[in-house]
Amino acid sequence: MAKSGFEDLADQVNRNSALVHRGRFLDVDFLVVDGDTPYWISVREGRIAEISAGQALLRSWAFAIRATSEAWRTFWQATPPPGFHDLFALCKGGHAKIEGDLQPLMANLRYIKEVLATPRTSGLEDHGR
Amino acid sequence: MGAEVEPIIGRYVRTQISGQSHRIYFEEAGAGIPLLCLHTAGADARQFQHLLLDEQITEHFRVIAFDMPWHGKSSPPVGYQDKDYCLTTALYSESIRSFCAALALDRPVVMGCSMGGRIVLHLAQAFPDEFRAVIGLEAADHQTPWYDTSWLHRPDIHGGEVCAALISGLVAPQSPEEHRWETLWGYLQSGPGVFKGDLHFYREDSDYRDRVKDIDTEKCPVYLLTGEYDFSCEPSDTLRTAEAIAGSQVEIMEALGHFPISENPDQFRRYILPVLDRIRAGS
Repeated sequence: MAKSGFEDLADQVNRNSALVHRGRFLDVDFLVVDGDTPYWISVREGRIAEISAGQALLRSWAFAIRATSEAWRTFWQATPPPGFHDLFALCKGGHAKIEGDLQPLMANLRYIKEVLATPRTSGLEDHGR
Repeated sequence: MGAEVEPIIGRYVRTQISGQSHRIYFEEAGAGIPLLCLHTAGADARQFQHLLLDEQITEHFRVIAFDMPWHGKSSPPVGYQDKDYCLTTALYSESIRSFCAALALDRPVVMGCSMGGRIVLHLAQAFPDEFRAVIGLEAADHQTPWYDTSWLHRPDIHGGEVCAALISGLVAPQSPEEHRWETLWGYLQSGPGVFKGDLHFYREDSDYRDRVKDIDTEKCPVYLLTGEYDFSCEPSDTLRTAEAIAGSQVEIMEALGHFPISENPDQFRRYILPVLDRIRAGS
């Protein structure tokens, strides 16, 4: 399996000054799951302060977004096919699931959506294809 | 050389809806068959500016787009401050017919997008003598609700920001950035609770699944166009609806999402021009 788009996410997000500015009021710890691999993402004032991969017992998160590896890789294609082009399209199609306290997600929805889509614009869209 | 002044004319018309006075803002351009345009939920008639500027259309059609009350430059009615906006089939239908009567439109073609595409099915079924044809964009007789609308209007979340971020995914990835963001601006600007109030109609008061079969397309032709990237009104929703309406014409549009009129005007004209030609030939 090629490496996940989440591996380099912190650098890519933190280099995007407009995106960091958009998230400047957000401090949140959330979880994304790529297939079987959890990524624990800590956002502080719009920067990704930390991403750690792998199981971590008793670690808490505000909200979690889980999708299959296939779904994330299709989502990160330069021009994703219908149904794989948006976080909620993935959810409606049964390819992703969102859980937890959704208030910080919905209050910062554009920021979170753009963070998750960052691998699409960073030249990693092939992801093993 | 002077500045370029566009041919679109914007005016207000006064009318009564549900016993209350309204000033309805509308824009128009062109001459010929009246083509009335209905915007999506939570937005306004600016979505149709590209159509209003398309000389190939305005050469044969008087294109008219109005802001529904509570939207764009059509203010809410007096006393709005003490209630939540809530659109229904009856109110939406009355608003459209009041506007048509106020402008004395003679059997307009009515084209609506999303919730506008839903209501044109009702108009075709209930008032076939009043409309020359209907065009439903991103239209279906029903859709299964896919999210909790209470997020759209609450004090700890910016309504405009969340509405725009939510619907941003309904724009096709191929749509030009300029038009994508202009489309989203309509949502960013919408009044508090307005998108949610429109969705009351869309989700709670417009299940037409048992009624669309009664549409007589000999009296009022029905055209349905849906973008392949629309996961709100999915192509399968539109195809099911078309199947239920004998004589309707349907096409799934490539590289378009839920806002074909505004998100990618050049791509949309490839699909709408032949439909308008057919309507003109039949008039």
